Amino acid sequence: MQELLGTLMWVALGSAVGGMARFFLSGFVGRRIGETFPWGTMAVNLTGAFAIGLIAAAADGRLLFDTPAAWAFVVTGFLGSYTTVSSFSLQTLALARDGDLLRAGGNVALSVMLCLCAVAAGFAIGASTFGGSIF
Amino acid sequence: MLYAGVALGSMIGGVLRALASMASIGLLGPGFPAGTLFVNVLGSFIIGFYATLTGPDGRVFAGSRARQFVMAGICGGFTTFSMFSLETFNLLREGRPLAAGLNVGISVMAWLAAVWLGHVAASRLNRLKGS
Repeated sequence: MQELLGTLMWVALGSAVGGMARFFLSGFVGRRIGETFPWGTMAVNLTGAFAIGLIAAAADGRLLFDTPAAWAFVVTGFLGSYTTVSSFSLQTLALARDGDLLRAGGNVALSVMLCLCAVAAGFAIGASTFGGSIF
Repeated sequence: MLYAGVALGSMIGGVLRALASMASIGLLGPGFPAGTLFVNVLGSFIIGFYATLTGPDGRVFAGSRARQFVMAGICGGFTTFSMFSLETFNLLREGRPLAAGLNVGISVMAWLAAVWLGHVAASRLNRLKGS
């Protein structure tokens, strides 16, 4: 029980920071580039996917982030809250309701493909840095 | 202070997500990332419902602080694209491309169906007569 509460406390702390970082970066990118396409959400999800791949490789290599508390804080908490599916879904729906099916479909395809590439790239770089292997 | 609301909401969403993920592994085992699928679908439904219920034609008024607390905070913290990406990648690494493909296909369709259903449900509520 105490272990569970400790884990949840780390998750809560990481989530608070991750949520604020997402709010800041997605707002910043949205204001800079404009809101016709959800680049802000794309930016947080891409960077978050890259980071989670990198950290998973480091944890695999038992170098960094391989303790339950560190994983709870950085991965489940920070990166979990930093990235978002709900905004992605809402923004895709908004594009589709505006009749902009090209942008709606493009957002889905780009987000999924780029995030999977980003997590793989992060993991590959992490594995070669920390001496693990991908497969 | 918008950031305080977003931080508090993300904290609540993140802890609920961690609990859902633990419950999923406890109940269904670690074979398929059902916990992440569950939070992402539920979070998509809630944001679609709440955004329309409190939107310009909505029957419930919510200020921008309340909206950011619920949408950017709770829903944003509850759902996760990074864990979805990592779990899909891990299925590939384990040599399970079919499970990875299914995870992507089912997830994307279920997220979008959920946000649309949430929007439709709130639209109906908005059109009901009376207060």
